[in-house]
Amino acid sequence: MLRRFLLLATAVLIGAAVPAAAQEKPRYGGELVFVVPSSPPSYDAHREETFGTIHPIAPHYNTLLRTDPTDKTGAKVVPDLAESWTISKDGRTYTLKLRHGVKFHDGSEFTSKDAKASYDKIVNPPAGVASNRKGEYVDVEAIQAPDPYTVVFRLKYPSASFLNSLASPWNWIYKADILAKDMRWYEQNVMGTGPFLFVEHVKGSHWVGKKNPNYWDKGKPYLDGYRAIFMTDSAAQVAAIRGERAMIQFRGFSPVERDTLVNALGPKITVQESAWNCVILVALNHEKKPFDDRRVRKALTLALDRYQGSTALSKIAIVKEVGGVQVPGTKFATPAADLEKLSGYGHDINKARAEARRLLKEAGVPDGFSFVYKNRGIPMPYEPLGVWLIDQWRQIGLNVRQEVIEAAKYYSELRGGNFEAAADFQCGYTVDPDLDLYKFESKDVSPSNYSRYVDRTLDELYEKQGRATDAEERKKYIREFERRLLDEEVHYIYTLQWHRIVPHSSRVHGWTITPSHYLNQQLDTVWLSE
Amino acid sequence: MIRYIVKRVLLMIPTLLSVAVLVFFLMRVVPGDIVELRFAGESSFAQKESLDKERARLGLDQPMWKQFASWMGGILRFDFGTSMWTGASILEEVRLRFALSLQLAIMATFIAVLLAIPLGVLAALKQDTWVDYVVRIFSIAGLATPSFWLGIMFILGLLIVFHWLPPMVYTPFWQNPIQNLAQLIWPALAVGYRYSAVATRMTRSAMLEVLREDYIRTARAKGLWQQLILSRHALKNAMLPVLTIIALEFAFLMGGLVVHALKNAMLPVLTVIALEFAFLMGGLVVTEQVFNLNGLGLLFVEAVAHRDYTLTQALVLLVAFVFIFVNFMVDLAYAWIDPRIRLR
Repeated sequence: MLRRFLLLATAVLIGAAVPAAAQEKPRYGGELVFVVPSSPPSYDAHREETFGTIHPIAPHYNTLLRTDPTDKTGAKVVPDLAESWTISKDGRTYTLKLRHGVKFHDGSEFTSKDAKASYDKIVNPPAGVASNRKGEYVDVEAIQAPDPYTVVFRLKYPSASFLNSLASPWNWIYKADILAKDMRWYEQNVMGTGPFLFVEHVKGSHWVGKKNPNYWDKGKPYLDGYRAIFMTDSAAQVAAIRGERAMIQFRGFSPVERDTLVNALGPKITVQESAWNCVILVALNHEKKPFDDRRVRKALTLALDRYQGSTALSKIAIVKEVGGVQVPGTKFATPAADLEKLSGYGHDINKARAEARRLLKEAGVPDGFSFVYKNRGIPMPYEPLGVWLIDQWRQIGLNVRQEVIEAAKYYSELRGGNFEAAADFQCGYTVDPDLDLYKFESKDVSPSNYSRYVDRTLDELYEKQGRATDAEERKKYIREFERRLLDEEVHYIYTLQWHRIVPHSSRVHGWTITPSHYLNQQLDTVWLSE
Repeated sequence: MIRYIVKRVLLMIPTLLSVAVLVFFLMRVVPGDIVELRFAGESSFAQKESLDKERARLGLDQPMWKQFASWMGGILRFDFGTSMWTGASILEEVRLRFALSLQLAIMATFIAVLLAIPLGVLAALKQDTWVDYVVRIFSIAGLATPSFWLGIMFILGLLIVFHWLPPMVYTPFWQNPIQNLAQLIWPALAVGYRYSAVATRMTRSAMLEVLREDYIRTARAKGLWQQLILSRHALKNAMLPVLTIIALEFAFLMGGLVVHALKNAMLPVLTVIALEFAFLMGGLVVTEQVFNLNGLGLLFVEAVAHRDYTLTQALVLLVAFVFIFVNFMVDLAYAWIDPRIRLR
């Protein structure tokens, strides 16, 4: 037991020191072999939603801006193909200066024409082309390319998040000439400016990339190449790392899988951990009684002992941090002391549950009232979390039955409102209030508001925080938004923040975990020790 | 004989057509939507307009009869279309996995036959002796052990004892036979063992039955050499049911996971029909997962899970064809082994 603890502590400590290790002199050469638990549906990140597209294909591309690959918060924006930027005083014009001498893999030069064409495809896709991200850029009024090395974004109104949007890991820069000929060419082909050239993709099996010798960032990448192996079964993924057939799986493992690897491989494994910008929410259908009554909704959140849940569940599932609408520890997150003032976040669980029972009684909900909690048919972490929720609600006299819905049917149920209470999910590519809070706007604004409410106060607060250029002012609106969403109205229930655990071969350096499994996948900074 | 073959080949057409109609319409009554699954999954920003655009692109906004006519038209031209999920040609998706599934099926069948026939014959000859009991225990253990569990045990054993894991990416046999066998021998053993258990028991009981036949007694009475009686008279006649079992198991192995797929798609009628085969077929899918084999089984599961109509339909047709073709070959083998069948 002591040995296990020491091994784990050592592995995690080594992991914590990884950004420092990144300062070591990188070694050139070697092939990074990693496991991807999903496969890319198409090669076009502008239209896809899965990390199965990002992990194997992102190393072939650049974005205009990116998040700092050494920053654990995953929120520090740094240049990529744009070397600098300025924002006009009114906050509505973003002017980006692009790098000179950047070549596409076919040898042609990258210019502002390519940046504009790529963003036009995302923001204003032509007929027949789906852009899943159009909704994120409703604030964009015009995209201009006044000269070959300048691109200008004009916004309809100031947006505090726009810089983060330009650093989105989904917004790969494609070649304008190709897009002009065939807007869907990138769904089945690869051609970017990134640090690695495309070699091979065997569908369902693997993806191979090799070093781009003409990469614009001289001296990078360090690796000779990489090989992504598609593997859906988590036991097979663990075996691959344990058998040293693969070095890393970037999405994350469960605590039990981490312990298995640490025990088996000892110092050969390094563990990096982070709060994860993903959370399972409980959607409470406001169109079904008694969930239209805020007292009932409040009782449901008051029943949850989040701190005890965090301690118990973090041993077996990928959930841990108790948080509000922002990942704990990040710029706009509510400090623990303030969070405790929200309903269901206090430490006196007996008092909270007594209040919950009182509210239920006041709302006319009888003891033993039963309802169905629809859960998504994905075992980790939906299953353990669902069991925990049901147990917590049982303790205020509610009798909840869990119904597990197959993943393919699940969104139809949510969108159709065919539920009383259901597991819902939010996972962002970066911790940013605009991205994280959009979901909670009124149902006629946000298509993913599955609790099906209309709350104009919340809409107004969302708009105010998004347009606030001063960070403190923005923070104030976010707090108000959080209080209304989770405490006053309890439109949704936040459960526990996911916790990302990435155990990897100690040979892998130059990769830093962030709260998002979509970030840091260009692999230009990654290197392998002997 | 030629008339017999032509008749059987012509009979395949209405069977395949019925399967096509059934799978097309059943897939569409199953809840779930590929577009929502793909675009609304993790995104808060998926707009209805984008979803509608994608549905139109996939032809899902068309009336069902139009979709069916278009699909059938394609099939008649041997054009199975593209996967709705990946956009790649279905023939290409299948081709990539077919070689692995075929090789695994052949290897597992070979292992099964290698184990089953000698053991079955031996158990029949030594009926109710310790040899018979050992063979029976061995075969019952094979029936009771899921092949994926055996696969997990192989992997753990190799990892713990030899600190070695089979390769995770398929290499064709002609490119690198050692690498190829190093990957496929383990799942072939895991699947072949279970498969051999069924065939061993069938061989044993068929042999016991045949050994009690008059013509065997006659052969013995006239002093024919025991080996000759067994090989020429007993074994050949006992092989009919064994051949059926082997052929059907081979078809299941090639087909992968019909039951899993159908169960997932909640196609109750087909599920009931296929349930009796569930254990074996389910076992192969999970075995593919355990060994990370890029075979038809996993492709099938993913196609159903993604509600990839075109790919699922093509795979069901392929599996149906494999079953029908294997049955056809069994009938031909019957006719060859037992001339009375041909004459009838």
